[in-house]
Order: sequence, then structure tokens, then C-alpha cells
Amino acid sequence: MNVTQLFGITAAALVGLGVYGLIVNPQPLRKVLAFNLIGNGVFLACAVIAHRGAAAGMSGDPVPQALLITAIVVSFAASALAVGLMLRRFAQTGTNSLAAPDEAAPGEARTHAEAR
Amino acid sequence: MMTPALAGQSTPGGLLLALAVLLPFAGVLAGLAPGGRHAQRVAWVTVALGIGIVLEIAARLLVSGDSLRYALGGWAPPLGVMLRADGLSVCMMLVVAVVVGAVAVYANGDFGTPSGTREARAPLAFWLLLLAVWGALNLVFVSGDIFTLYVALELLTFAGVPLVSLDGRAETLQAALRYLLYALIGSMLYLLGVFLLYGAYGTLDIALLAGKIGPGPLAWTAVALMSAGMLAKTALFPLHLWLPPAHAGAPAAASALLSALVIKGSWFVVVRLWLDVFGGMVGGSVAQLLAGLGAMAILFGNVVALRQARLKLLIAYSTVAQIGYLFLLFPLVAHDEGARAVTGGLLQAISHASAKAAMFLAAGLIYSTLGHDRLADLRGAARALPMTLTAFALAGATLIGLPPSGGFLAKWLLMSAALASGQWWWALTMLLGGLLTSVYVFMVVVRAMEPAAPGWSPKKPVPRYQQLAVLGLATCSFLLGLAVLLPVDMAQIGRTVTTQAGMP
Repeated sequence: MNVTQLFGITAAALVGLGVYGLIVNPQPLRKVLAFNLIGNGVFLACAVIAHRGAAAGMSGDPVPQALLITAIVVSFAASALAVGLMLRRFAQTGTNSLAAPDEAAPGEARTHAEAR
Repeated sequence: MMTPALAGQSTPGGLLLALAVLLPFAGVLAGLAPGGRHAQRVAWVTVALGIGIVLEIAARLLVSGDSLRYALGGWAPPLGVMLRADGLSVCMMLVVAVVVGAVAVYANGDFGTPSGTREARAPLAFWLLLLAVWGALNLVFVSGDIFTLYVALELLTFAGVPLVSLDGRAETLQAALRYLLYALIGSMLYLLGVFLLYGAYGTLDIALLAGKIGPGPLAWTAVALMSAGMLAKTALFPLHLWLPPAHAGAPAAASALLSALVIKGSWFVVVRLWLDVFGGMVGGSVAQLLAGLGAMAILFGNVVALRQARLKLLIAYSTVAQIGYLFLLFPLVAHDEGARAVTGGLLQAISHASAKAAMFLAAGLIYSTLGHDRLADLRGAARALPMTLTAFALAGATLIGLPPSGGFLAKWLLMSAALASGQWWWALTMLLGGLLTSVYVFMVVVRAMEPAAPGWSPKKPVPRYQQLAVLGLATCSFLLGLAVLLPVDMAQIGRTVTTQAGMP
């Protein structure tokens, strides 16, 4: 197994773990962590693509690295926004579970909690 | 206007595309720095200028009869980033400008900074986010490459999520968080697709990709990942769970932006991907699956809307249903009547945008007059707000598809494309959806027409200009069907040129 394959498989495993965590965990904080895990898998895949480009004769493909740094910044901002929302919600309700029964609107919130 | 150095790849007036994106974001910064009630003034100036820019872009497109292009920094693809605006983009930019303008007029009443305070959180956030949503949408429409689309979508999400929780109540925070999680997983799937395509074809430019791409396991994986991600963001059934609480819980002006405009951004990306990037390979059973989800959305959304007890939730579920119509165009484009289906789908997006914005704004006015929006107790609303109820009825007629509304023309085009290609089942779904829509629109209008209880008086007087803004928007959507009289099919301008540009 060469380096490209190793990193490719690692990326796939990270994405798989992240998707699993995102689906099964009702805690939003864990969902955000799972999202970050998916993100790391995707970024690793991008790095593998840069490496493969380098293997094709160039000394390194700079485009995926430029994409990568943009995507990392964006996903960091996304995580910060999610954590900010969670903190505000925790300060108000003292709970932080998406599955908690909520009275967003009569009837509506309940069907939602069930659907989750 | 253009410096010679930039003229290499750009068309005359291409710089306007960059301006259409830059101006709203410059407005965000210029409003954020002084803060307070200055943000509102900055937003007003920006909205006025922005509408002017979009009109100028539309005029240039009509005069030249070709798509506008602008190579950022003079670098041509594959290395540089190209902004492109074809007929589809410009039509969407026009409707977004109209809706943003109407929402800005309306929000003057709801989001003015109260006198005596120097700065209030919700108004400041609203005016800045209004501009941010606009800039992000314009970037979605003019993006010429799939990575810029990703950045634009993330900007749109970051502007849309705080709009949901403007009032800061716990349940809207929860709705915003759920929306954010759906949007994040969607954009990660999309991003993975982008990286896969770059790894295989070495370019991100839509026109260049269209020339290189061919059916194969990798391209199919990319289609699946990117489409699934966008469906989660667009809230197509069965990924719609986040939409009703988010759209119904937000303040009326924010709901109008979210329901009318923000979901159209990710829908537009699906259209770009399926028509321009993967134009030659998708179709057949995959497109049937996508439209099948759309048909399910139409039936499910309308039936659930009928069972709602509150007006804003009813309108939110109606959005779930109307999103379904937007996806019916995909199995129809591969046939001879394809151009008609594309125009029909675009017209559906435009008429839904204006009608749904008018509906949410009308619901906001009804809410502030009655002090609630329970459907069982809407009586007196028509007496207190005759113009608003007229607007609601006109917007409802657009959603149902009564002539001469935009919805009628859109459904007419889609249905004739469906029948011409022998896919009668989509036409049947559209008819059934229109019937269900008419039931809940009439239900609301009839209940609001009932006379008020004796001695009842409005909770809060509604300014006339807010009612006029809503009525103007609803009238736009109702008269949009007259677009059939226009001499040119604006949506098709630059379409064939765009797809052929990548061919060697």
C-alpha cells in the first residue's frame, strides 16, 4: 500500500465515522464534532488529490491547497457559529439536546421530535 | 468602463457582475462600522444602488444577446476565476433585487431602531444580514466555477441561519441550529464532490468541466454527493424537516427572505450542475427519481399544510410543497421541449419567490394586527387590512396557478413539456397540487373575511407603506404570467453559448 492509498482510505474512514456520528447522536455538540470529522476526511481527500497531481510530473499541485485552506476557514467559521447558537440556547434553557421536547409551536414541535 | 488589460476574456460590462457581488458586502462592512441606525441608512443606499446595478446587467444582457463574463484579475480559466451571467442568472438576480427591495420597505416598520436607543441588536443584525443574503445570492448566480459556488453557498448559510433566530428565543435558536446542521452536512457532501471532480478532470470551471466530463463511477459519485448535499439545503422532501420551524419561527421579514430567496440559491446550484456541468450524462431514471421526490414534496407539503393550526406554519409547509415543483423540470429537459421546461422551472422559482415573500409579509401584518396567527380565529383581518388580504389572495392565486399569474405560466410550460414528452404523471401531480393549494388558500381568505367580533379593535395600527409593499410584490407575482408577451425569452439568452464554450 502506497502513501496515496493509505491517506485515501483514512479519509474515507473519517468521513464514514463522521456521518455515523452525525446521524446517531442527538447531542448537537457531538453533531458538530462529527461534522468536523467529516470535514477532516474531506480535506484529507483534497490533500491526496494535491499529492496525486504532484505525482503526475509537477512538483506539487497548488490549486487543491488553496481550496483546502479556504474550506478549512469556512468550516471553522461554521463550527464557531454552531457553538455560539448552542451556548445561547443553553443559557436560556439549560439543555442542549435537539431531541428534547420543545414547545416551538403546539403540535409542530412534537411531530418534529418524533420525526428525529 | 473596462481597462484594456481586463478585456481579454471579459465581455463589456462584465465588471458589473463583480460589483453586484461586492456592493452588498461593502454595505455590510460600511453598516457594521458605525452601527446603530446608520446600518439601516447604509442598507437603504446599498439596496437602491444594487437594484440599479442589476437593472444595468439585465439591459446589457438583452442588448448583447449573450452571457456576460468577467475574468477576475484578468486571469482566464482554468487558472483564474470567471464570473458568468447567462439568462437564468440574470432572471434570478432581477427577482432577488425586487424581493429584497420590497422586504427592505416592509422592514422599515418592523426593524427600525427604536428612538431613544442608540443601537438594538435585532434591527442591526437584520439590515446587515439582508445585504449579506443578497450578496451571497448574487455570487451563487454569477459563479462560473464549482468551488466559488461552494463559498457562495456557505456565505448564504451563514447569512440565513442568524435570520432564523433574530428574536433570540430558545425555540428559534433550536430551529436555527437544526438548519445549520442540515446545511453543513449538505455543503460538506458538495465539497467532497468538488474535490473529486477536480482530482479527475483538473479544472473547476463549469464550462471547461462540461466539455471534459463523461459518464463513469467517479462522475456519478460526484453527481450523487453534490445533488444530495444541495437537496438537504433546499429542503426537498424527505430532507425538509428543518424548514417549517425555521421559516415559521423567524420574524416575518426574515421568513420572507428565507422562504422566497435563500432556498432558491441551492436549487439554482442543482440546476447549474444538472444542466451545465453534467448536462450530457444525467437524465433517465436519475432525473425521474429527483422529480419523484419533488412530486412527493408537492403532495406531502400540501396535505400537511392543510392540517396546520397557525398561518405561518401553513405558509412554511406550502413552501415545502412548492419546492417540489422546482424539481419537476429535470426529467423534462432532456426532450425536445427541454428549453420550455427550463423556462417553466425558472418561472416557477421566480413566481414562488415573489408570491411567498408577499405571503409571509402579509402574515406578518395579520399577526401584528390580530396579535396572533391562529387560523381558527382570523376573523376581522380583512376588515382591518383590506390591501393585505388582497395581496395574500393574489399571492395564493399565483401558488395555485390561476391565469394570468406567473405560477400559471410556469405550470403551463412544465405541463406542456411533460405531456409533449409523454410523461403525463408529472402533469397529473401538478394539477393535484394546485387543487390542494387552492383549498388552504381559500380556507385562509374565507376565514379572514368573516366580520370581527363586536367591539374588537386592531392590536397595533399597520402603516400604509407596509401594506403597499406587500401588495406591490403580490401584484408582481400575479402579473408575471404576462411575461409570455415579451418579445425575447430572456431565460435562454447565453444558454447554448455557455454549454458550448467548453467544447474544443
